[in-house]
Amino acid sequence: MIAEELMAKELEELKDFRGFKPRELPREELVSPGHRACLGCGEVLAMRLVMKALGRDTIVAMPTGCMEIISSSFPQTAWEVPWIHVAFENAAAVASGIEAGLKALMRKGKIKDRRIFVVAMAGDGGTADIGVQALSGAFERGHDFVYVCLDNEAYMNTGIQRSSATPYGAMTTTSPPGKRSIGQMTWKKDMPAIAVAHNIPYVATCAPSHYIDLMNKVRKAALIKGPAYLHIFSPCPTGWRCPSDMSIEVSRLAVQTGIFPLYEVVNGRYKITVRVDRRKPVEEYLKTQRRFRHLTRDVIERIQRRGDENMVKLECQEKFHSYYMNALQYASSPAQS
Amino acid sequence: MGVRVAMEVSIAAAEAAKLADVDVIAAYPITPQTHIVEHLAELVADGELDAEYVPVESEHSALSACIGSSAAGARTFTATCAQGLALMHEILFIASALRTPIVMMVVNRALSAPINIWNDHSDIMAERDCGWIQTFAENGQEVFDLTLHAFRVAEDHRVLLPIMVNLDGFILSHMIEPIDIPEKEEVRRYLPEFKPAMRLDPDRPISMGPVGIPEVYTEAKKQLDEALVASKGPIIQAWDEFGKIFGRHYKPVETYRCEDAEVLLLTMGSISETAMTAVDIMREKGVSVGLIRLRLWRPFPLDELRAAVKGADTLAVVDRAVSTGGPGGPVCSEVRSALFGLPNRPKVLGFIAGLGGRDVTLEMFEEMVNQSIEYAKEGKEQFYELVGVREL
Repeated sequence: MIAEELMAKELEELKDFRGFKPRELPREELVSPGHRACLGCGEVLAMRLVMKALGRDTIVAMPTGCMEIISSSFPQTAWEVPWIHVAFENAAAVASGIEAGLKALMRKGKIKDRRIFVVAMAGDGGTADIGVQALSGAFERGHDFVYVCLDNEAYMNTGIQRSSATPYGAMTTTSPPGKRSIGQMTWKKDMPAIAVAHNIPYVATCAPSHYIDLMNKVRKAALIKGPAYLHIFSPCPTGWRCPSDMSIEVSRLAVQTGIFPLYEVVNGRYKITVRVDRRKPVEEYLKTQRRFRHLTRDVIERIQRRGDENMVKLECQEKFHSYYMNALQYASSPAQS
Repeated sequence: MGVRVAMEVSIAAAEAAKLADVDVIAAYPITPQTHIVEHLAELVADGELDAEYVPVESEHSALSACIGSSAAGARTFTATCAQGLALMHEILFIASALRTPIVMMVVNRALSAPINIWNDHSDIMAERDCGWIQTFAENGQEVFDLTLHAFRVAEDHRVLLPIMVNLDGFILSHMIEPIDIPEKEEVRRYLPEFKPAMRLDPDRPISMGPVGIPEVYTEAKKQLDEALVASKGPIIQAWDEFGKIFGRHYKPVETYRCEDAEVLLLTMGSISETAMTAVDIMREKGVSVGLIRLRLWRPFPLDELRAAVKGADTLAVVDRAVSTGGPGGPVCSEVRSALFGLPNRPKVLGFIAGLGGRDVTLEMFEEMVNQSIEYAKEGKEQFYELVGVREL
């Protein structure tokens, strides 16, 4: 991006968007009930909100994963919009093709020229692990599409195996705690940062507990031309070992403890969208789920420190923009040339 | 009337895609396929072809993007070979099962290891069961013609299957040959605009690629198999129509000097032209030999093959790939099962030649025919042998 683009105060595409109001949410269900998701699934709830924010003029490309399995068992389908599943690692590539196809057909007058949102929606495995190459390619090529990562922090559909999005210390079936293991030994891959590194116009994190924030971000991601990335925290009672009525509470705690901060990055500019004045200790979040119950005091303290540091980093990133803009202005002033 | 121009065969393939007015090309570079997609990129850059060119980051994504664009209702083209085709492996089966009429040039090249960029058929033979229609070209004009034919067949609502047009890497793809390029109007007459049977359209939502539980999977596979078998009719019909408009005639199985031949050679791809010359030379020497060329590989032309071998004593099948540890080259194995149980069937002998770019010469064909005659005399029917192996 050149300085001029970076300095734009408001994006042209968003100037008419006023945000969703709690009492005026779209009533239409585009993911119909009767699907096969587990009791209390936070992911399907997030997906329902995503679809409400997008509306009918949407085409969804979905890779293999929980949401694909629970929504599409032939001869039934939960989808009220056009939907396609091809394989596991290629949702972004399939979406690239759909976008290119629509663009060519509209330009050549073969179909009506109108805005159709092309959306790829995948789990954390399909995004951060096996699908990361296709995703990087699609970002870099600049397709006009939204990529939604519904992050339930492991391969839940195949029986709770660890992914690169599984948090430090968590128990999964392939990161079991034991004499020589604390559970997951690595820190969660920072996918939003990877998306930001592609210089795409819009990146945001969302959580279903903060549903207006979530829906506004989805709408913005769709309206903005070019690639957009949404990383949505998706509690999984089955895999996280928590009561099925706790999804929203767990989601809220993740935000309130700084485990999963909510922010957006518009043209490289960070903004924390849900500010938490007095963060709760991470332990309050960890103790809601049995996947963390084996954690010792020192591991919990390490998670606390890491969380605190991440928040400091995020606040710095938020402040960084004005320094950067000043420096850019200075560098491009006539006196320097 | 069109014009006759000397051009590289890869360029001819790209020109055919241009005349087909493709909407989307998604491709990834791999030798020796690159000239096709380079030329298309140029045509798009110069505004001579109104299409979206998606320069994907892998062949896996190339075919995935092609499925997306075809499902959106766009006429879609790509090209690959060898490792690229192997990387597409997973998606090939999905493209046919989703009934997306994609056209793909496969510029046949050897599979690693050792890494080898030269021609044989090991790439395509590893993908023979993927549910695509597969045709093989012998020369440049045929590459051009089969490409146009491919769009017409793939998009036929009785077919709706993806097609691979195979051409030999370098030996054919990089050759400069005279190509008859027809007028745009003639092509349009042959190939009308793509009218998708179904597409991803918000006004009429469909779900593509759902889960197939055990109660439906078998039926889904049966439908695909039936569709591929039944595509032979429309394939032949589209060739007949092609002959009427352009004056060049194609059949699933071609024969050359097969009348009263005792020994028959069977080949696929560009070595067929060398084999024809070899047959001429041997005929002059008084050897009773003829040649069968398979143009259509999937669906397998069972009836046509059985009719073509009628009356011959010996059939020497020339494979360009090894079925490692198997009962013979892939083509030979299939020919054997196609003829199994046929009364008075010829003895079938398997030869494997021309691997990884090694030339298949006139002398080698003579050697294979002489060897076959020897075996026939002895009443022997070997499974396979490699021809032209250097003594180490």
